[in-house]
Amino acid sequence: MTQPATTPPATPVQPKTNRLGLTRQNYTGSPSTLCPGCGHDSVTSSIITACFEVGIDPQQLIKMSGIGCSSKTPAYFMSQSFAFNSVHGRMPSVATGAMLANTDLKCIGISGDGDTASIGLGQFMHLLRRNVPMVYIIDNNGVYGLTKGQFSATADKGSKLKSGLANDFPPIDCCAMAIELKCSFVARSFSGDNKQLVPLIKAALSHKGTALLDVISPCITFNNHEGSTMSYDSVRAHDIPLHEIGFVPAVEPIKAEFDPGTTKDIELPDGSHIRLKKIDRDYDPTNRIGALDTIEKSRSKGEWLTGLLYIREGEPDYNTLMHLSKTPLAHMSEKELRPSETVLKEIMGELM
Amino acid sequence: MSTQNTNKINDFTIRVATVNGSGSQSANSVLIKSIFYMGIPVAGKNIFPSNIAGLPTWYNIRVSREGYVGMRRDAEILILMNADTFQEDLAQAKPGTVVVFNDKLPQQNMRPDLVYYPMPFNKLVQECCEVSTLRKLVINMIYVGAVAQLLGIDMDKVRHALERQFHNKPKAVELNWKAALCGFEYAKNNVKKNDPYGVLAMDKTTGKIVITGNESAALGALFGGCTVFAWYPITPASSLGESLIDYLAQHRREAEDHQARFAVVQAEDELAALGMAIGAGWAGARAATSTSGPGISLMAEFAGLAYFTEIPVVIFDVQRLGPSTGLPTRTSQGDILFTQFLSHGDTHHLAVIPATPEECFSLSYEAFNLAEEFQTPVFVMSDLDLGMNNWMSDPFTYPKEPFRRGKVLTAEQLEKLGAAGFERYGDPDGDGIPYRTLPGTKHPKAAYFTRGSGHTARATYSEKPEDWKWVLDRIAKKIETAKERLPQPVIEKTSGAKVGLIAYGSTHFALIEARDQLAAQGIKTHYLRIRGLPLNGAVGKFIEECEYVYVVEQNQQGQMMNLMKMNYPALAGRMRSVLHYDGMPIDASNIAQPILKWEGKNL
Repeated sequence: MTQPATTPPATPVQPKTNRLGLTRQNYTGSPSTLCPGCGHDSVTSSIITACFEVGIDPQQLIKMSGIGCSSKTPAYFMSQSFAFNSVHGRMPSVATGAMLANTDLKCIGISGDGDTASIGLGQFMHLLRRNVPMVYIIDNNGVYGLTKGQFSATADKGSKLKSGLANDFPPIDCCAMAIELKCSFVARSFSGDNKQLVPLIKAALSHKGTALLDVISPCITFNNHEGSTMSYDSVRAHDIPLHEIGFVPAVEPIKAEFDPGTTKDIELPDGSHIRLKKIDRDYDPTNRIGALDTIEKSRSKGEWLTGLLYIREGEPDYNTLMHLSKTPLAHMSEKELRPSETVLKEIMGELM
Repeated sequence: MSTQNTNKINDFTIRVATVNGSGSQSANSVLIKSIFYMGIPVAGKNIFPSNIAGLPTWYNIRVSREGYVGMRRDAEILILMNADTFQEDLAQAKPGTVVVFNDKLPQQNMRPDLVYYPMPFNKLVQECCEVSTLRKLVINMIYVGAVAQLLGIDMDKVRHALERQFHNKPKAVELNWKAALCGFEYAKNNVKKNDPYGVLAMDKTTGKIVITGNESAALGALFGGCTVFAWYPITPASSLGESLIDYLAQHRREAEDHQARFAVVQAEDELAALGMAIGAGWAGARAATSTSGPGISLMAEFAGLAYFTEIPVVIFDVQRLGPSTGLPTRTSQGDILFTQFLSHGDTHHLAVIPATPEECFSLSYEAFNLAEEFQTPVFVMSDLDLGMNNWMSDPFTYPKEPFRRGKVLTAEQLEKLGAAGFERYGDPDGDGIPYRTLPGTKHPKAAYFTRGSGHTARATYSEKPEDWKWVLDRIAKKIETAKERLPQPVIEKTSGAKVGLIAYGSTHFALIEARDQLAAQGIKTHYLRIRGLPLNGAVGKFIEECEYVYVVEQNQQGQMMNLMKMNYPALAGRMRSVLHYDGMPIDASNIAQPILKWEGKNL
């Protein structure tokens, strides 16, 4: 059995404090209680790095989750942020309500493949339709961990459990589904590739609307054996990065030193940029049909195509569509909420 | 009207039988309002099918000089427009019933003991309405005019009611007015009145309003400060959400840019609806959802989450007949036990039970106070009869009390607490109610981890037996504290009475009438009306003061009586159940007759 790669030290030397004057320590959480070597812990580490480096205010962030191994992980990062570990498969609705109540908040939702694609498929799809402003991360390992190793709905057809039982059903591809539902930021990554994952999380945090990150995150205990398509070995062997990804924060001047023939620069709503450097194929992440076609073709070859699959900036998010007041609903006073006695009298008059 | 028995003035019921979707709602509404504008107490009950168009529907209009507005089974005047139910409606009529009917209906088995006024509706509608496609819609307005003539309803009031009904649509007013006049003239010139029924103007409706319970509850939510409302369409709750949308759109916008001070979400199902309301309540908004029985079933898991994580949320349950799909357009009080303990494990919810439109308003806004004060779900237990039918009411009184937002710590208060911070699930005040903070509070000690799994007073994960028991017992203590702050029962004592009646919700109006019927038979009664759950001490004391009590409810299982037996086991022997559960609103005879039987009397 192969152990996951340890995270290589982050590029050059990071400043000790970020733009808010906070240290990386301010972005950590309780020690993880997941199995040693779990892919989810690497995802957590990438979230910490991304949030620290871009300077997310922990006191403005809410961490939402459902139920499962992945849904436990909000406890392992940013303890100064509010968190809500809700019920199985229903995190999207709770996050939707919270984000309507307070438009000043930022939201990271953490879910798993069972939580999202099995029990929670309905709420997940409706969250995407509404374009609720949040980063939605799926720690995707194709298997139920807490209940000891049953298939989830993202398990590949033919993939085998430890017992040798093969899965008879086709997987649900959350990225393809999200693109189909007009989600405007769809990316896939691998928990072991923080070089790709960290800039993707940073870009997702700058996106307006729902940003979906489907992170293949192998289960070291129940799905890391020969015959599984989601073991560390299998994912490494079939991980095909679409491009090299860089993130340029809004505060840094854009240096026009890249070759437009090989590098694509996409501006995000807050002025930051995501920079995609071609590896060995031309890929246009702004082409919805092209993205679906590429995903379909690569999946049929058994590949895990990773990177920014689809992006479209400029779509209104849910708060915009709801025409919400600038003042968060949760902050409104009685004066702003209860109409006057005259209004009640007028309404009564109309009913006489 | 010289031949008329004055007892038949302002005291009868009109039943209109039509086909669903034929526009009869407008006609019935105009008829009821015309009588209302004459100052005569009147109540409407829509007995409708679960169908868009084509199935039979009945509308009862009860005219009562005494002010009784409960259901009545008998009708003195039938307006029969539906061929499919014509024979059945005739067969069920009591002798002497007046029958206004479309003369095109096939007339067989015409009983000799009824009073018939056949009318050529099809011919009349051709005369009064040139546009053939509109005839189907205005034909019913012809019976309004005819009945106005037969009963002595003031045509000025009919005109006024039409103008109110179709305000901003002058063409519709004129079209319908023409039809009403046509019916009036026909009756005047061709019908020889041979019955004792009529109306005479009174002054008993001055200053009153006519409103449904669902509209009243929506107003309660508006004035109660509800900002996030998530719902899924379901009969009979939909009109609550739809009214709220209208009211919010009119009265809850920013003055400058018209942006919304509210968010209404039509969710993908009832699970999501409650999930959204819980998320919003957690984040500090006054949040609610509305539904009926099947939706409550779906909300069970989330209700437990909100109870155990202590999140304020208001759940409107406009009860309909179950189990299962049941009869979606029929009324019931069948969710009392289910909502009290909704969810697995040891949950126990707060509920308020409005009985009148005024209480649909006032108990609804109070529900938002209770939810935030006790950081827990609060159910508003309405029902189809109360929610969807039109009721007379005094105008609602503006809420006097300011919002009670409960124990919410600000950044400044957290700062004063110092390094120790606060215990999200602690009990510093000894009343079982913890303090909470809201997401976004700018303080390093503000955040806590909300989870439906086992936790300590400090909101950290725990599987320790003593932690689990402590938190669960502290929540039970909180619910105990809430009992005394819930809407208290309304008690009416009668001197010399030995028997008590206990009821709740929409049973109230029929019960008032039943008490008078019982009194007329020499049975004096005390009356206690429950308005909040869990039950508190006042109910037990009332039972103790009665020789025995009749508990009147609209369900099969005697759900409230079972709660009473759990709460006051020593008094169980004094409780008798009076039950009504066929889906029709309860009427006074449903209450008085079984009690008279118990008491050894016959009506």
